[in-house]
Amino acid sequence: MSKAKEVLLNPIFNDNPIALQILGICSALAVTGNLYITLIMCVALTTVVTLSNLFVSLIRNHIPTNIRIIVQISIIATLVMLVDEVLQAFDYESSKTLSVFVGLIVTNCIVMGRAEAFAMKNGPLMSAIDGFGNGLGYSVILIVIAIIREFVGAGTFYGIEIMPLTTNGGWYLANNFFLTPASSFFIIGFTIWALRQWKTEQIEEPEFKISKNSLEGEKGAA
Amino acid sequence: MNNNDTIRKTLIVAVSLCLVCSALISFSAVELRDLQEANKTLDKQSKILSAAGLLDDETDVTELFQSIEARIVNLETGEFDSEISLTEYEESAFSRNPATSIELTSENDIALLKRRENFQTVYLHYNVDSLNAVILPVRGYGLWGTMKGYLALEPDLKTIIGLEFFDHKETPGLGGEIDNPKWKSIWKGKEVYSDSGDILISVIKGSVDKSSTLAKYQVDGLSGATITSNGVTNLLSFWLGDMGYGPLIDRLKQSEVKDV
Repeated sequence: MSKAKEVLLNPIFNDNPIALQILGICSALAVTGNLYITLIMCVALTTVVTLSNLFVSLIRNHIPTNIRIIVQISIIATLVMLVDEVLQAFDYESSKTLSVFVGLIVTNCIVMGRAEAFAMKNGPLMSAIDGFGNGLGYSVILIVIAIIREFVGAGTFYGIEIMPLTTNGGWYLANNFFLTPASSFFIIGFTIWALRQWKTEQIEEPEFKISKNSLEGEKGAA
Repeated sequence: MNNNDTIRKTLIVAVSLCLVCSALISFSAVELRDLQEANKTLDKQSKILSAAGLLDDETDVTELFQSIEARIVNLETGEFDSEISLTEYEESAFSRNPATSIELTSENDIALLKRRENFQTVYLHYNVDSLNAVILPVRGYGLWGTMKGYLALEPDLKTIIGLEFFDHKETPGLGGEIDNPKWKSIWKGKEVYSDSGDILISVIKGSVDKSSTLAKYQVDGLSGATITSNGVTNLLSFWLGDMGYGPLIDRLKQSEVKDV
């Protein structure tokens, strides 16, 4: 695999930002109630992370070490504000639904993480590809969660009715739990489990083992 | 290795970065403002239509909105005012300016507005010649901030057609459920005034007992959102009362809207 292809494709399954690095969870919980909104969020995040990696990488040789985090945040925040302005101008309904979560891309660990870990050390082109790849990795997981949540919670796929709800005279009693963000925790958990069953090298070594009850040993002393 | 860590270099990088970023944001904000404003107007119009049950998916909002007539009303007298033009009226500016608003005392400020403007824009919808709906802007404090919306009344001026909020800061999933279509649909057909003219409409805790004589004045509360529910009751009581559209409603009832 060429370097560029590896940088692009690795974050999708082998080094997924959500499933392996466990970053960007909060937006994965908040904006996955319906597929359309999720897609908008994925496009917004992918744009921001690609461009922020590109710009950080372009000026990486001039960033003073003392203020490098501030410089990165300024670049990211500028991009996020631009995305928000564009969204308000061209897709007002979605921008109202996403409301604060577009702004919260600033605090999304994936964006900062990639700027600091990759863009500060690599060339602009590679960094942009890395950002795009990570955006895709984030999007894949979000889309999976959104499809499941929308389907079970509302009986629809991308707004198209698949299972008619009892409230509309159909037979499917919607599981409202799937419309609440908490359901994403379970779906993310199962996704991580499934991914690690498939790619077993992602299974982590336990950090510690619970030792035998130490009182057993102390009994003799007492 | 070029030295990036001198104070000089740090300052140069910081200042130039700030300049470039702020220039970019100002440029986009100015360039996109017209589109954003147009979106806001469209959103407001669609909420007004939706409150009056006039919105349908096929017809364009701007086109539908042409059947609606906006009028400035003097809240003190309840009369329509033609001195102020619709374009120059702005709710937030009027409610702040002491010349065009009054300060509310703690007894009559049930919706927690602090000041109330003396003029408001109301929207009238006509079916050929007869009045079909009166749409009144309402607002009041919920849990986290002011909830702004439209209340649409039938021509009898006591039956609700719909209540629609276009701006609020309530918790999504709890108070935010004031946007839930199912909850909004309960409002249709509820009555706001008793026969003797008292304001009885309220959002109660729990579900409405359908056999109760008060059922037609009551709406199911939102679970987990008592403060939001009370806020909705309070804002309706305020705007339907003497400090709100009371004088306008009285006048419309008397004149049977012939002169409008």
